[in-house]
Amino acid sequence: MIIGLDMGGTNVDAVLLSEGRIKKTIKSVTDHENIFESIKKPLDEIMEGEDIKNIKKIVLSTTISTNAIVEGKTEEVGMVLECGPGMNPQFFKPLADICFVSGYIDHRGREAFPLNSEEIRQAKETFKKKGLKNLGVVGKFSVRNPDHEKTMYKILKDKENVVTMGHTLSGMLNFSRRVYSTYLNSAVYSHFARFKNSVEAYFLKKGIKAPAYVLKADGGTLSLESSSKFPVETILSGPSASIIGALALNHVDSDGIILDIGGTTTDIAVLSDGVPLFEPQGIEINGMKTLVRGLFSRSIGIGGDSYVRYENGEIKIGPERRGKAMAFGGQWLTLTDALISAGKIDTGLKSKAEEGIKLIAEQMGVSFEEAVKAICKKASTTITDYVRKLIREINNKPVYTINELLYGKKIQPQKAVIIGGPAKAMSELLEDQLGFPCIVPEHFEVANAYGAARSRTTTDLTLLADTALGILTIGEEGIKQKIPKRFDVTQAHQILMDALKQKALKLGADERDLEPEIVEEQSFNVVRGFYTTGKIIRLKAQIRPVIKPE
Amino acid sequence: MLKAKNRMGLVFFPAYDWAISPTHPEREERLLYTQDQVLEEGLLDIDGITEYKPDIASIEDVERVHICVPDVKSRITDSHLISAGGAIACGDAFMKGEVDKAFALVRPPGHHARRIVHGARGFCNINIEAVMIEKLRKKYGIRKVAIVDTDCHHGDGTQDIYWHDSETLFISIHQDGRTLYPGTGFPSELGGPNAVGYTLNVPLPPRTSDKGFLYVIDNLVNPVLKEFQPDLIINSAGQDNHYSDPITNMNFSAQGYAELNHRLNPDIAVLEGGYSIEDALPYVNTGIILAMAGLDYSMVKEPDFTPERFKQPKETDEYIKRLCEHLYNKWNKRDIIRKELIKDKKYVKQDRYVYYDTDGISEEQREITKVCDECSGLSVVESRSDRGYHVTAVIIPRNACPRCYEEGLEEYEKKLKNGNQMVFLQDKKNDVFYNNRG
Repeated sequence: MIIGLDMGGTNVDAVLLSEGRIKKTIKSVTDHENIFESIKKPLDEIMEGEDIKNIKKIVLSTTISTNAIVEGKTEEVGMVLECGPGMNPQFFKPLADICFVSGYIDHRGREAFPLNSEEIRQAKETFKKKGLKNLGVVGKFSVRNPDHEKTMYKILKDKENVVTMGHTLSGMLNFSRRVYSTYLNSAVYSHFARFKNSVEAYFLKKGIKAPAYVLKADGGTLSLESSSKFPVETILSGPSASIIGALALNHVDSDGIILDIGGTTTDIAVLSDGVPLFEPQGIEINGMKTLVRGLFSRSIGIGGDSYVRYENGEIKIGPERRGKAMAFGGQWLTLTDALISAGKIDTGLKSKAEEGIKLIAEQMGVSFEEAVKAICKKASTTITDYVRKLIREINNKPVYTINELLYGKKIQPQKAVIIGGPAKAMSELLEDQLGFPCIVPEHFEVANAYGAARSRTTTDLTLLADTALGILTIGEEGIKQKIPKRFDVTQAHQILMDALKQKALKLGADERDLEPEIVEEQSFNVVRGFYTTGKIIRLKAQIRPVIKPE
Repeated sequence: MLKAKNRMGLVFFPAYDWAISPTHPEREERLLYTQDQVLEEGLLDIDGITEYKPDIASIEDVERVHICVPDVKSRITDSHLISAGGAIACGDAFMKGEVDKAFALVRPPGHHARRIVHGARGFCNINIEAVMIEKLRKKYGIRKVAIVDTDCHHGDGTQDIYWHDSETLFISIHQDGRTLYPGTGFPSELGGPNAVGYTLNVPLPPRTSDKGFLYVIDNLVNPVLKEFQPDLIINSAGQDNHYSDPITNMNFSAQGYAELNHRLNPDIAVLEGGYSIEDALPYVNTGIILAMAGLDYSMVKEPDFTPERFKQPKETDEYIKRLCEHLYNKWNKRDIIRKELIKDKKYVKQDRYVYYDTDGISEEQREITKVCDECSGLSVVESRSDRGYHVTAVIIPRNACPRCYEEGLEEYEKKLKNGNQMVFLQDKKNDVFYNNRG
């Protein structure tokens, strides 16, 4: 048995899978005062009457880190930044207590200017005096050569503090995102650690021996143990839970989209040959752009509770929410009321919904039926227009080779999977507008929790081999080793694949699940004068979220 | 999060799958380290900086500028159409008002490509700035354009294309032609009989440093631009004046490039040459992007840079001062100089020999241009290459007066009857291109 749980802003959903099938589902209300209680209650309920010994794993998708960040309940952080020449880094100042130190690693990973240990020791004193225990160290181009960050770590680290090193979070270039990601990781560290302790204590009390996993924004999992080292990875896991769930409930192998229609927003994810797209660089939270890998998802401000009104001769739906639907005792007309009046939803007080429609029909000067139709149509065209715009944008994203520019893949959706409260009611309307099948899978109402239950460990690594310098680095792992002049791409593949498997196992992956793949490969000559003196090989490999129908 | 003062568009197209040859300076990884630096600095995350995908220029876009022999398709590859298309995408974003500034970081370059194209010279096949400018003129009706070429090599291709056009001011700042390819670009080259003074050449001595370049901008380029009042200012932004460039001898720095773009304040910059791909380009481009976006570039510098290393000699200071005075004087007296030059000539003849160093082609050219007070004047060019091509091109300017226009059509008819050589008609007035091969 596997338990999946997704905690959202309003509800907590949990499912219990037995031999891959959904055996039980629970929906309960999120307790914002006590996040852990919000999880404990549905877990208690769903395990009731089950033999705890049969539980193989428990996957939690929580908003613990996300909320801490959004609500500003994070720890103060002390940061040491080695910026070198380039952009003026003063704009980072408001973020944290920052010590700027000298030293520079250049774009090939060469030390251009040494680190000054004395400056780091001074920073340590400063942090100590201020009582800062959550620290972060980030250097420009540290993913090309982590030596300086490692030295800073060694000087700063003691028994009482936490030090996040920028290069351990991602192998991608982007100093500014590395700074924000590192900051966030240290800022939510203590918060997440307390959550982890509560979960562990609860498991112990319940006698649960099954491993616990935490869902990440990329739709994969981390063991609870590893997630406490990289809590920033657990932010914004909610949308991914739904995406993975929708795909697990209804297999797609063409280009397509996933629509999660909620109360106030509709989230859109995009599939390329059935595989969900990633955010190209990383997700953004609270205005901070990070290197945290996440599934691509965009929100449009329209959902079941969106406020419907007639303004300047046209129907407006959302993005504002004024309250619940009139059919459920609200004061203002919502999209849900229109769908109820259209007979597409069969809950709530239909008469109350109809009252609202009558009013707007009068304003519009049309019949009741026409008003309902117009509102439904407006909702589906708004979503459709946004989907088309999004696909256009994705197909227009810059590329860097002639081959890709002339012959690169263009996304052409053939299918939509729709989940969320009004999914069933909206599917027919959307199908008309989008012009391709819109499927609402069975159990769509718990797609998120199902997604958590079905997700598996994901991770990625970046390799850079520079045969002219004779050095190979795998930034995230802090690996830096010597390589011979004749080192080639095949050898690089081997090293990267091995490292990736090791990392995945460390993060709690099941050996049978490992399907590593190379996703980027570049190889360039290094030329001095008119002679080739070496090769630069760049590889990126990943284990992506695998979604197969049971 | 950082916000740019100027909304800025960036077309970045490194063409990682194209090279002239595996160890040629114009090869796959030329912009690799630049992209690394731009990504690591997080420049594309800055609010107000937007990355655009390049367009693909059409054959018509090229024919609006060039006479390719025997035709466009055989003289170029996709990479050239994309490079020009990158510049066009920048121009479009600027003209539509989506951005305040735009920078096309594209390759291959174009400023050595002349009106007639038999092949590649100085790594260039088609002139990407000119293809962009003519497209923008057609699409948006802009008239006056200024091109400031800050590549280390004389922009002889751009000069040739706009030699007769008084609506396009061309100023080239470069290493003295007596010491560097292509060996032209002297102060005496001031433009054709109908556009005297609208070409200005500023040859600088080897080892000129930041001080010298900035002096030229402040004391010659900006005053002339102020008087010319262009609708559009373009920087042909070559980056080979850098002290680390392997094929030139100047001492310009990344900080200097950033400062130059700040002071020049171009609307659009287009990358040209620059082959110190590891030690210069990453820093120079970071500097240019920050300066154009109106962001703080004071901390941009190469790891090994110290100003003391690159002080220019006193004599250079004085030489540049005199040169700027001399050229500004020529600019001011351009109408008088024109009168002296044309006297009562009806046509001006120019014979030249052009060598296409990249492709090893030799061309002999005779250009006859009608002296005209009302337009840029009709040009008829006879060109023979050592590959056996013999062509005649009749070029009717964009702003052709009725007399030049009629005469152009007559010339074309006459040449067609004449014999079996190739004849081209580039009618810029009506934006059409004909050749007798159909």
